[in-house]
Amino acid sequence: MFIKRSRSWQGREADVTPHNLYLDRRRIMQAGGALALTGLVGCGSSESQAENTAASNTTLANSTTQPESSASGLQYRETAYQVSDPQTPYDAVTGYNNFYEFGTSKDDPARYAHRMSVTPWSIEVEGHAARTGTFDLEDVIDYNALEERIYRLRCVEAWSMVIPWIGVPLADVLRRFEPTSDARYVAFETYLNRSEMRGTRFPVLDWPYVEGLRMDEAMNELAFLAVGLYGDLLPNQNGAPVRLVVPWKYGYKSIKSITKIRFVSEQPPTSWNIAAPNEYGFYSNVNPNRAHPRWSQASERVIGGSLFSRRDTEMFNGYGEQVADLYAGMDLIENH
Amino acid sequence: MARNAFLRVVGQHWLKPLTFWLLALPGLWLLWQWVLLLTGMPHALGFNPIETTHRFLGDTAIRILLITLAITPFRDLTRWLPIMKVRRRIGLAAFWYALAHVLAYLGLDLFIAAGMSVSGALAGLWEDVAERIYITLGMIAFILLIPLAVTSFNAMIRLMGPRPWQQLHWLVYPLAIIAVLHHGFMAKGNQIMPWVHGGILALLLGYRLVRTLRKRSQAKAMAS
Repeated sequence: MFIKRSRSWQGREADVTPHNLYLDRRRIMQAGGALALTGLVGCGSSESQAENTAASNTTLANSTTQPESSASGLQYRETAYQVSDPQTPYDAVTGYNNFYEFGTSKDDPARYAHRMSVTPWSIEVEGHAARTGTFDLEDVIDYNALEERIYRLRCVEAWSMVIPWIGVPLADVLRRFEPTSDARYVAFETYLNRSEMRGTRFPVLDWPYVEGLRMDEAMNELAFLAVGLYGDLLPNQNGAPVRLVVPWKYGYKSIKSITKIRFVSEQPPTSWNIAAPNEYGFYSNVNPNRAHPRWSQASERVIGGSLFSRRDTEMFNGYGEQVADLYAGMDLIENH
Repeated sequence: MARNAFLRVVGQHWLKPLTFWLLALPGLWLLWQWVLLLTGMPHALGFNPIETTHRFLGDTAIRILLITLAITPFRDLTRWLPIMKVRRRIGLAAFWYALAHVLAYLGLDLFIAAGMSVSGALAGLWEDVAERIYITLGMIAFILLIPLAVTSFNAMIRLMGPRPWQQLHWLVYPLAIIAVLHHGFMAKGNQIMPWVHGGILALLLGYRLVRTLRKRSQAKAMAS
């Protein structure tokens, strides 16, 4: 029996953008694209921007911080995965990043990530699955099925953002590889090219960056593979061309620039856990009750907000309704 | 000969004011960035100005401390004695930046996080010092700096006598080690900067160790 429960994050039917407006949106986008092609880029993008704010009344961010919509703007559908807090401005989302392969400063990724070549991109799929091998990104991600999900991002360093991701549910992607029953975990690996990634010259972490999820976590409805944000393709510093987004876990679980997916039967090693096991566990669920050994996790600084804006950190980053079942009976302090 | 005359003029007239302004420069730059930030102008503090402020003040304090410790080897290598006239003010500048670092942490982090409550901020401070090793170390380093700062006046040297004064100021060696450890324990992952600071510090302290051992063996040779 299928019981449809209404959940806190779900918008009401009335909140959904009317279909005609949605279609209109595409038409204007196309018009913008056509204008761009005729050389009137500025004009085209301003029109698309006006449309962006008009069609989505949930976009509370300053419109001047929106990216320039361009001919490469992605086609996607909006979803009920939204949060009530304002979205973090685009320039903060793309200018304040942890991507240690490009350096440990927050502005290093924005400065140096352009050196990473992301086209063409392929992903190696290995392990306990019927379909394994090397796949082009276009064969892994269905670019005709893109959707937008506005998620909170809580970094382990006690700051947070709200980001409109564009992508596909992770479960849809993983299912197509037909994992076998031996696949109890899924492991991910980030691209590594030392000449393109200047931060990897020093062993800040044991490169390449690796992450992993338990299979049921990976199949959870919230687990998402993002290829874009704010309506456009991911900038390199945000993990282009494809990255994981698991909003109930600390940001470092959401591994960037994925080149390998492995279906494994044992809990896979994860980079931060290798670096400091007492500080970063395998699960790394957002948990205000478990202080990081070196700082409190009870509250967080809101990036892109006013100077002193903070908010209290929520268990599972506010996604308990969707994910708490995964950890029933587990001691989440022990299994941090 | 012309070079020596120039160095003498620098040593006599320019060195002290030049050092003062060079030491004040990072602080003035930071203040200016805060003015820009608070007036809504483009600034260089990034998307997390408070974090940037903490790091900038802490890095500046440690680096000025390292410069202080480099003065004696510099004098030995160059035999340019006037540099000793500014050693104390460089050390004192390290204290001022460390003080600003601590005040920024108390005011911008603890006080705000506690909802603008002084008692809440102090409770937060106690929790941090008791539970977080890098803050414990940072606080120890700062507290050790205080007696050095308050005795950094000529009158104090006279009052204490040169030998006890010098012995007190040997605190700068353990304090510098603790400050670099504070930085290292704060950093996430194996970051390069604490190693760079630690490497420079090791060189500077190693130099003193070698010098002391050499002097001792020389004294022994003289005695026998």
